[in-house]
Amino acid sequence: MNAMDTRTTTAQLYLDGISVSFDGFRALNNLSLAVEPGEMRAIIGPNGAGKTTMMDVITGKTRPDEGDAVFEGNSDLTRLDETEIARLGIGRKFQKPTVFEMHSVEDNILLALKDDRSARAALLWRESAEQSRRINTLLDTIRLTSARHRLAGSLSHGQKQWLEIGMLLAQEPKLLLVDEPVAGMTDAETHQTAELLKEINRDKTVIVVEHDMTFVRELGVKVTCLHEGSVLAEGSIDQVSANERVVEVYLGR
Amino acid sequence: MNGLLIRSLDRGATIFLVIVAAVGILVPALNLLLPPDSPFHVPTYLVALFGKYVCYALLALSIDLIWGYCGILSLGHGAFFALGGYAMGMYLMRQIGSRGVYANPILPDFMVFLNYKELPFFWYGFQSFPYALLMVVLVPGLLAFVFGWFAFRSRVTGVYLSIITQAMTFALMLGFFRNNFGFGGNNGLTDFKDILGFNVQAQGTRAALFAASCAALAIGFIICRAVVTSKFGKVLIAIRDAESRTRFLGYRVESYKLFVFTLSACMAGVAGALYVPQVGIINPGEFAPGNSIEAVIWVAVGGRGTLTGAVLGAVLVNYAKTTFTSGTLVPFWVFGVVAIAALAAVVMNVASKRDALNGAAAGLAIAFMAALLLLIPQMSASATLAPVLSNWPFLVAILFVLVAMGMSWHPWPLGAVFGALTLAFFSTPFATVALAPYWLFALGGLFVIVTLLMPRGIVGTIEYLWSERRARRDSAAAESAATVARPAE
Amino acid sequence: MVRDRLVAWVLAAVLLVVAAPGYAQTYDDALTKFAADSFNETEAGIAGVAASGNARAIDVIEALSDQRLLFDPATKKIYIREKSGRVLDASTGTEASAPADVKTVRLNNRMRRAVEAALGGLTLLSADSGKRYEAAQAVFKSRDAAALPALDAAIAKETSASLKRALIEARAAVVLYKSDAREADRIDAVAIIKARGDQDALALLAGLPADAPPAVKRAASDGVAAIQSQLAMWAGVQNAWYGVSLGSVLLLAAIGLAITFGVMGVINMAHGEMVMIGAYVTFVVQETIRAYNPGLFDYSLLFAVPLAFMVSGAIGILIERGIIRFLYGRPLETLLATWGLSLILQQAVRTMFGPTNREVGNPSWMSGAFEIGQITITYNRLWIVVFCLSVFAGLLALLRFTRIGLEMRAVTQNRPMAAAMGIRTSRVDALTFGLGSGIAGIAGVALSQIDNVSPNLGQSYIIDSFLVVVFGGVGNLWGTLVGAFTLGIANKFLEPFAGAVLGKIAILVLIILFIQKRPRGLFALKGRAVEA
Repeated sequence: MNAMDTRTTTAQLYLDGISVSFDGFRALNNLSLAVEPGEMRAIIGPNGAGKTTMMDVITGKTRPDEGDAVFEGNSDLTRLDETEIARLGIGRKFQKPTVFEMHSVEDNILLALKDDRSARAALLWRESAEQSRRINTLLDTIRLTSARHRLAGSLSHGQKQWLEIGMLLAQEPKLLLVDEPVAGMTDAETHQTAELLKEINRDKTVIVVEHDMTFVRELGVKVTCLHEGSVLAEGSIDQVSANERVVEVYLGR
Repeated sequence: MNGLLIRSLDRGATIFLVIVAAVGILVPALNLLLPPDSPFHVPTYLVALFGKYVCYALLALSIDLIWGYCGILSLGHGAFFALGGYAMGMYLMRQIGSRGVYANPILPDFMVFLNYKELPFFWYGFQSFPYALLMVVLVPGLLAFVFGWFAFRSRVTGVYLSIITQAMTFALMLGFFRNNFGFGGNNGLTDFKDILGFNVQAQGTRAALFAASCAALAIGFIICRAVVTSKFGKVLIAIRDAESRTRFLGYRVESYKLFVFTLSACMAGVAGALYVPQVGIINPGEFAPGNSIEAVIWVAVGGRGTLTGAVLGAVLVNYAKTTFTSGTLVPFWVFGVVAIAALAAVVMNVASKRDALNGAAAGLAIAFMAALLLLIPQMSASATLAPVLSNWPFLVAILFVLVAMGMSWHPWPLGAVFGALTLAFFSTPFATVALAPYWLFALGGLFVIVTLLMPRGIVGTIEYLWSERRARRDSAAAESAATVARPAE
Repeated sequence: MVRDRLVAWVLAAVLLVVAAPGYAQTYDDALTKFAADSFNETEAGIAGVAASGNARAIDVIEALSDQRLLFDPATKKIYIREKSGRVLDASTGTEASAPADVKTVRLNNRMRRAVEAALGGLTLLSADSGKRYEAAQAVFKSRDAAALPALDAAIAKETSASLKRALIEARAAVVLYKSDAREADRIDAVAIIKARGDQDALALLAGLPADAPPAVKRAASDGVAAIQSQLAMWAGVQNAWYGVSLGSVLLLAAIGLAITFGVMGVINMAHGEMVMIGAYVTFVVQETIRAYNPGLFDYSLLFAVPLAFMVSGAIGILIERGIIRFLYGRPLETLLATWGLSLILQQAVRTMFGPTNREVGNPSWMSGAFEIGQITITYNRLWIVVFCLSVFAGLLALLRFTRIGLEMRAVTQNRPMAAAMGIRTSRVDALTFGLGSGIAGIAGVALSQIDNVSPNLGQSYIIDSFLVVVFGGVGNLWGTLVGAFTLGIANKFLEPFAGAVLGKIAILVLIILFIQKRPRGLFALKGRAVEA
């Protein structure tokens, strides 16, 4: 575990006192959160708790009204836009699978592949042997090798979820934000996804937003429960599910 | 670079280039080499007309590049076209020299007329052809760069972008209409004499300009193909379909858009520059927002995102426009043929083919009765009714369009429209009709019909049907392969 | 200075009449003096007639000045030849047949001044208040010192405050230019003229002769500065009014678009044609009224407004049902299809009504103008501002307080939810689109009053309307209101500096830059709903 040793002791992602409001509605209210390098963190919480808004803030889609968001101790995420944040190494999988429907599966992976993103490089780009090998590996990982020439738009819902995870892997990010990865999946697929995420977590930091408690339990990681835009409880899954308030607002009795 | 070229030229693209090259050589050859009385001789006025179409085709190509591949619907591309045209017009004006009405060796006529004492600074250098060529590319490119830099950076997209591009060309039109803008006011630039020392009006010059236009179209096409088949092109399509997703992948969307928008504007400028010497005039009317939108419909008709479709659309629509607006008298059977072809296209596209065919039959019957009702009194009709009655096929068609709209495009009234038109047109096949008053109806109808019934355009629809067939064949093959493979397992 | 003395004498006579109206028996006596065919006698006649206070005196003097006063040397009777050629007996005012050998009463330059003074004096004291006002203005411009006594008398007698002010101003103008007037009086005069504060006053103060005393000159130059700043203020007010007027036109054109584009998100490039159809409905209504019942002409707009709403609204619903609803979620295609539609509608109107402008008349209550301070306000512009604001208020009320308004807002905010609540969303779409188009039709009625009614009417408004909606912020009617008036006023304030065309270009550029800053307009909705 060489990667472990090189990590700094500071948090990989550090949110402090983040507030966001939309037309008077406070989506995030003084939210603070720290995720250590190499950690996998599960975020749970009722609808409207601010989970997606938090993702939006981290990826630069939404600017917070106040508060700090720091990546790796030196990058102020509140000052950067989506592109710059993506280039820092933060990847995101959306709640609703978002792939390029008019591109083939292979091209989707190709577009996500870690590479020079500049317009000039794209214009003069030619596929290298290394890249085609990497694409093949990724297609194998997400089990879409046989569908590599199909248009992404023609894939099933589950396949799109996997393709999007594949694209996330292709980006080789340092931090992955995964929004409801198992929504609409069968139990078997859910299990496979959990395995895949654990696999990914070996050398990457992962934040998972999920409603499926079985899945969260299966991940077996530290859980943060959000409510009304701030942290309600944090700890292991057992601690959090024993918390009175969490039971009241989210899990139900 | 070689690899880029090879990759960009698939079979379709090669065929297209061969056709363009053939036209670019054949038309001037048939014009110059054959005697005027030969049946294969192409008259000079037709060379200029076709040259105009080719310039429009290049404009359409530039619009397709940004609209079809990047989802940027510019309603102001006519502005870049016109700016390129003005740059060329300024060169041509300077070439007139002292042969103008006022015989001023430096100042063009309109400046003498407007009491200019000296040449405005932005006219400097235009006596030189290379400088003018540079400006043809540079001025539209610079405007597009500045405009795009502002627009894309602040993420103005979709219809907002369309509207401000339209406002841009509108503002330019207002400016160029002013006399003190220094571009000849509403008369524009005209009365050109020479280009590179050759008489603009001469047969040889026109043939050469036509060949140059075809060459420009071919080069433009190759550039577009190179762009869209590269990874850059893939990113463009990604931006078109899911812009914010592309950002989250780390692509700087605005620089991609800016590059392709500027490239497209430069191509439009070149098209305008070739257009001006062939039509002999450039005036602020070219900036009219309507022109830009019309160019968009060429692309829509041909099929956006296909490049070849844009060229086809530009030529087809403009040929139709020439036919309509030159006051040509056309026998009704021509419309009948068009109506049948359109019916076939619609029947293939609508969900319920049976309904559409039934509708066509009903339409035929109704139109037949209508024809009887209208034709019998027409024998003794008064002179005032005659002009209305001679156009009765249009009335019947409009009636059915209304019914179809009321029925919300149920296939059967739509079929009935075509049925009625077909019968009506064939019932007096050789009677002719002056088309000019109907051009705007036809153009407007084209906008509506293409967007509603043929969103893929001509080339797009053909490609779609083709790929459907191939997919069916592939899956059939895969299935039979699977059945063969299974026993082996 | 014989002439001046004569003038003074005539005026003194006039004043006598004013002072003692009973002293008026000499009219006929004075008339006979004209028959003497001598300049001196004629002068006496002028004075006498002017002094007589007779109602026909002014006709006689006018006739004299126009060489239409005749006398019969034989009978010494005086006749007036009217401009129509009719001849009246000057004494009785009845029609008479003049003898063949009548002669014209002659006039020399010396007496012209007397005639004019008599006329001025008579009109200053005329029973017609409009004539008195004109006379006061004339004296204000001519600064004729001879009119001073008449002015004093008129001021003493005048009861109307505004007329009295005009007279006092005229008097001040005379005093200011009278070199032998007292300095203090002249300075007072400057103050009065300064208070008037218009271009004429400015010219008067600026044109003071060089030999005026320094104190008067100083007062005058202070007055010039004051008037100039006041005039600049009025010019600003005038521009603001023009801006409000333009803004109301923009608002009318854009308000329907604010519904179809702002609320429904549908780009309707044929919106301008809905306006144009509204204008043609007005034309047809007026033609019908002219043909069948001209007396109703003043009410033509009252018929045209609901009719235009219905016609444009019905066409709008047909468009929505027939075309637009198949294109929801494809805004760029909607844009193209509706552009095509606008071509068809324009050409259809061109075929039916011809390509030239059609004349739509103003009802009597919409023609004319009135003045406030230094600015002129035409009634049709005023009515359009009022009309536009009431349409706006009505629309707000409709959206806020009616069932259909509630349903419209519900469908806009959350279509699937509204459908789940049992709202027939497709019906609401059609009605919303119809409403937007209908309001465009109403706008057409208003625009027909100030613009040419031609098939291109709509095209000239469509880009402006879109800019208003985009500038104001989509989905917010208040934004449209603010956007329209801001653009209107900005446009009119830029025009004096940049000219009409460059002003317009400047506005376009400013909006393009503004969209950079706030891509969703002034009053943008924020939040997750927008992103989706």
